[in-house]
Amino acid sequence: MKTTGKVTGIIANLVTVEVDGPVAQNEICFIDLDGVELMAEVIKVNGNKASVQVFESTRGLQIGDKVEFQGYMLEVTLGPGLLSSNFDGLQNNLATMEGVFLKRGEYTKPLDENKLWDFTPIAKAGDQVIAADWLGEVKEGWLSHKIMVPFNFEGTYTVKSVAKAGQYKITDTIATLTNAEGEEVKVTMMQKWPVKVAVGGYVEKPRPFKVMETGVRCIDTLNPIAEGGTGFIPGPFGCGKTVLQHALAEQADADIIIMAACGERANEVVEIFTEFPELKDKHTGRSLMERTIIICNTSNMPVAAREASVYTAMTLGEYYRAMGMKVLLLADSTSRWAQALREMSNRLEELPGQDGFPVDLSAIISNFYARAGYVKLNNGATGSITFIGTVSPAGGNLKEPVTESTKKAARCFYGLSQNRADKKRYPAVDPVDSYSKYLEYPEIIEYLDNKIEKGWVDKVTKTKYIIRRGKDAYEQINILGDDGVPMSYHEQYWKSELIDFVILQQDAFDEIDGSTPLERQKFMLDLVLGICDRSFKFEDFEECTTYFKGLINICRQMNYSEYKSENFEKYLGQLKEELKHE
Amino acid sequence: MSEKAFQRIYTKLSAITKATVTLEAQGVANDELALVAGRLAQVVKIKDNAVTLQVFGGTEDIPTNAEVTFFGEPPTLNVSDDLAGRFFNAYGDPIDGGPAVEGEKRQIGGPSVNPYKRRMPSELIPTGIAGIDLNNTLVSGQKIPFFADPDQPYNRVMSMVALRADVDKIILGGMGLTNDDYLFFKNEFESAGALHKIISFVNTTDQPPVERLLIPDMALTAAEYFAVDKNEKVLVLLTDMTLYADALSIVSNRMDQIPSKDSMPGSLYSDLAKIYEKAVQLPDGGSITIIAVTTLNDGDITHAIPDNTGYITEGQLFLRADPDSGKVIVDPFRSLSRLKQHVQNKKTREDHSAVMNTSVRLYADAANAKTKLENGFDLSDYDLRCLDYAKEYATRLLAIDVNIPITEMLDTAWELFGKYFTKAETGLKEKLIEKYWKDPVK
Repeated sequence: MKTTGKVTGIIANLVTVEVDGPVAQNEICFIDLDGVELMAEVIKVNGNKASVQVFESTRGLQIGDKVEFQGYMLEVTLGPGLLSSNFDGLQNNLATMEGVFLKRGEYTKPLDENKLWDFTPIAKAGDQVIAADWLGEVKEGWLSHKIMVPFNFEGTYTVKSVAKAGQYKITDTIATLTNAEGEEVKVTMMQKWPVKVAVGGYVEKPRPFKVMETGVRCIDTLNPIAEGGTGFIPGPFGCGKTVLQHALAEQADADIIIMAACGERANEVVEIFTEFPELKDKHTGRSLMERTIIICNTSNMPVAAREASVYTAMTLGEYYRAMGMKVLLLADSTSRWAQALREMSNRLEELPGQDGFPVDLSAIISNFYARAGYVKLNNGATGSITFIGTVSPAGGNLKEPVTESTKKAARCFYGLSQNRADKKRYPAVDPVDSYSKYLEYPEIIEYLDNKIEKGWVDKVTKTKYIIRRGKDAYEQINILGDDGVPMSYHEQYWKSELIDFVILQQDAFDEIDGSTPLERQKFMLDLVLGICDRSFKFEDFEECTTYFKGLINICRQMNYSEYKSENFEKYLGQLKEELKHE
Repeated sequence: MSEKAFQRIYTKLSAITKATVTLEAQGVANDELALVAGRLAQVVKIKDNAVTLQVFGGTEDIPTNAEVTFFGEPPTLNVSDDLAGRFFNAYGDPIDGGPAVEGEKRQIGGPSVNPYKRRMPSELIPTGIAGIDLNNTLVSGQKIPFFADPDQPYNRVMSMVALRADVDKIILGGMGLTNDDYLFFKNEFESAGALHKIISFVNTTDQPPVERLLIPDMALTAAEYFAVDKNEKVLVLLTDMTLYADALSIVSNRMDQIPSKDSMPGSLYSDLAKIYEKAVQLPDGGSITIIAVTTLNDGDITHAIPDNTGYITEGQLFLRADPDSGKVIVDPFRSLSRLKQHVQNKKTREDHSAVMNTSVRLYADAANAKTKLENGFDLSDYDLRCLDYAKEYATRLLAIDVNIPITEMLDTAWELFGKYFTKAETGLKEKLIEKYWKDPVK
């Protein structure tokens, strides 16, 4: 029998319930408000009082309203049909909701239960299987979607029968398994999983050893992210976080992109809805929407569901990873999620940690980032989740709890700089402060040696050195004046400007410059470093400035031209001509 | 909002703070309205039978035996076409001497639009001000605040923008407006002959601050009526959102909530987002565009109010006095319209975004040159040209008193490029240079 209860207290979306039976932490319950069912999650229990956070507005709720507990945690439905969908934070399908406004208590099914899927068996009778093993597959668009032994099956099972190839609904039985005790269990194409628990189903999680290509030069060239790696992008508003995230979603070399819009602007999500179906995936030529899932809890949607949205996104990622897919998960912004935690902690009257955030914030964040990773599956295949979150530090000050906690958890740091944004140097990723820990991994160094060229990471280190020296020189010039420093300072500074303008800055809205394949990145870096290796003899600093501005201009025209096209070669010729003069 | 028969009446308050009262009551719903000693109040917390109400008019003079009547519903507004041309207070009662508005009663602060049902904002809102149209183009369905120090003419600029914009309705939400500013808006609208398309909800400085909390929801409920039901293009002006946030902090403080940054409530982000996210482009052509004002303390945008706002809104317009040109300008560095790329080069000329970026970059070079000058260093020929360019750019394009079409703004920028710079210094694409470059007039 289900535990029931009555509402005894209400502050905003925190409701206290007096219960008549057992309740579990994080258990889901429904509160009956004049026939409308409001979904809520238990976040604290004290005696016979449970504190629940309601995923909806509590307007009109009264003392004494009835509550029914469900006996399960917040869970998502997994099965074919997730791709290209637009869900809210609780996995309601936004596209199938009626009306222009979101109605309270309206929950829609995430998957179409009437749709028929072309099933092909993989396992056969007599096979020994464990959780997450592949039983069969269906075509979900381009993707061969694996139907797996449900993740919550413990121990080894024997396949009794698998359905024949043919068309089935997600609720149809496609396999019957027998457990050690000889009991039979039926498996459908659909399973459920609690979002706050990491999906297992893999043999090992090795250190990431491959680089995920993103087409963004300041990431790929300077601070690459590993496939299965983690990174974060902190930055004040107006520094281009969103544009950078969209660029990653559009260009990254991943099979599946999951975007969690967590407490951000609705119009940004609309932009994805509108543009992604039109845009082509540069790697496969298919529409971008075909590889994308959007989880959307915009800033005006209920706060509690905001927290759920990132977990929902991660669980869907883990599901596809278990099929051997390369998943890129983007969450914008994890600060809003942390703020949602803060609001609840505040209402629960917990003693606050720094800046009012709950004291376990750091643990919650590390725990979440740890769910990403590159895995080896039971059958030897591999899959990965690469996770990049954005952080919106208050006042752009990175000394705040969310940034600091994330810094401990994520391996790549792409700090956006207000100064660069003010100068319209986009993407405004700070070349000096940002880092990728993966460049220190011997596995990654070796991978890049083979993928790009031997000694590539040394080149990257050298590039960073030139940028840093340029910054030093710039500071000296600013303090001592153009004439107060030796000529070499100007040369140093302008060499770093060359790298800045040609490699770091990239026009995300330009058809060609927007995305640069690795081969082209290598070509341009070699070209620029070749110039930096020369020593010049300028008469005065004005000559140096004019000369380098000329070079920069030609290189930028190259960036705007199709690689190795006639135009590109023309500018390359011009550049070589310019370099002869010196 | 009046009393009805058979309403529950209580007469025993157990606690009173400057903004809230608490009493024992049964059958009370969250968010419900009540009248406490004749003042409007709203339920903000219920614990067992103890109900806490925030009293919009303040609690001065309220005795423990004050009469409390519950209405059984949250705040509402009567919506109909009759709203047009009228002035209301924070409760939606007329303050222009006219009759009460008949119409459908709607709860304010209602649900949000399903993001999937939204459309991409893609219609240009021209204002004639180059600091906006050229560098920070506005789009219908956008939400954008002016960040301005209190001494800047933000209300004047905002009314100018509103009157020039091609919209069906303008809704003014005035929070903590001085009486002078209120009359300024009234006169501006009247003398422009635009009163018929204007609806105002006003809380002036002489009224209680907590009342302000109702203003944005009132204004946006009216806006949703015209945008959703009538498919009209609605522009909502909210001034000043800093005073709104101050009222939020007063209430949360009285409720003993733990403050976060700058003594603002921890929920400030969500509270502001709930308002700004009402900006929308609807599938059937209606739209709500929000232009707000957030006043700053001495230009400090790291304060919690502008900071949270910046993360919610689609950009911000930064006003500042420019000492070189002697004008108030829209600061090209700090200002941003996030939706501009949806109209630039599409609804405007192909060179728009390139011209914008280049002109701002050169202006940044001028700022560097100025720093050099201030530090007593010699300026190069390029620096000097930048400085001259900056002055003319500020006067002819950035100043808020400019009123020209966008094509003319672009032409002016090309004229300045040609006058002060070489083609290579602009770094513009050759294709554009071939087509638009203007050699200086000798």
